[in-house]
Amino acid sequence: METIIFYILSLVILVFSVLTVTTKKILRAAVYLLFVLGATAGIYFMFNYNFLAAVQLTVYAGGIVVLIIFSILLTHQINTDLDKINIKKIALGIISSGLGIFLVLSTLNNHHFEASNKQATDSTIHGIGRALLSYSDNGYILPFEVISVLLLATMIGAIIIAKKVEE
Amino acid sequence: MIEGISIHHILTVTTIMFFIGAYGFLTRKNLITMLMSIELVLNAVNINFVAFNKYLYPENMQGHFFSMFIIGIAAAEAAVAIAIIINIYRNIHSIDVEDIEQMKY
Repeated sequence: METIIFYILSLVILVFSVLTVTTKKILRAAVYLLFVLGATAGIYFMFNYNFLAAVQLTVYAGGIVVLIIFSILLTHQINTDLDKINIKKIALGIISSGLGIFLVLSTLNNHHFEASNKQATDSTIHGIGRALLSYSDNGYILPFEVISVLLLATMIGAIIIAKKVEE
Repeated sequence: MIEGISIHHILTVTTIMFFIGAYGFLTRKNLITMLMSIELVLNAVNINFVAFNKYLYPENMQGHFFSMFIIGIAAAEAAVAIAIIINIYRNIHSIDVEDIEQMKY
C-alpha cells in the first residue's frame, strides 16, 4: 500500500515539475509548482516527519506560492504567453541536464548504502522543540538564533527594497 | 523508513527533480519562472536530506533540522527576490533577464 502511494507521489512530483518548467502560461506554472510542493509534503508524511510536512505546507505552499502568485499578478498581463525559447537553448538545456542525471544516477546505482537498523528517535513536536532550544549535543540553539536574525534582516531589507522612492 | 522502498528509489526521483529545476533555470528567461526553478531544486535537496536522515542515521535528526532551516532560508530568499523583481519592474517595465543589463546607481 505504501509502495503504491510513494509511486503516485513521485509521479505527481515528476510530471508537475516538468510542467512547471515547460508551460507557456506563467500563472499555470505557479499552480503546478503548488502541486509539486504538496506532493513533497506527502513524502514527508510517509517518512513520519509530520512537523516537517506541516512546515512545508504552511511556509512553501501557503507562503511562497502565494507570494509568487502576487508578484505575477503585479508584473504580468496574465493572458499573454511567455516568450518562445529558441530550439538551440532547449537542446543545450536538455543535453546538460540529461548528462547530469546520467552521471548522478550511474554513481548512485554503483554505491551501496548501509541502511541502519537503529531505533528512530521520536519526531514529535515536543522532541523537536527540545532539540531546537537545547545547547547540549544534538541541540540547535545557535542556528535557530542565527536564522531568527536572518529573518529579521530579510524583513527589513525586503521592505526597504520594495518601498516606493520619493522623487 | 518507508516499507518496500529502498533509498535508491527516493534518490532517483529527487535527482530527476533537481535536474528538471536546473533545466528550467537554464532555459527560462523570466525572473519569476527562474525563481520557481530554484524552488524545485531546493525541494529536491530537502527530500534528499530527509531520506538520508531516515534511512542511514535514524537515531539522530540532523537531516530533519537541515531541511527545516533550508525551508526558512528559502522563504527569506523568495521574499527578497520578489522585492527586487518588483523594484526592477517599476524601473524598466520588464522582468526578462535579457532586458536587465544596467546597474542604475
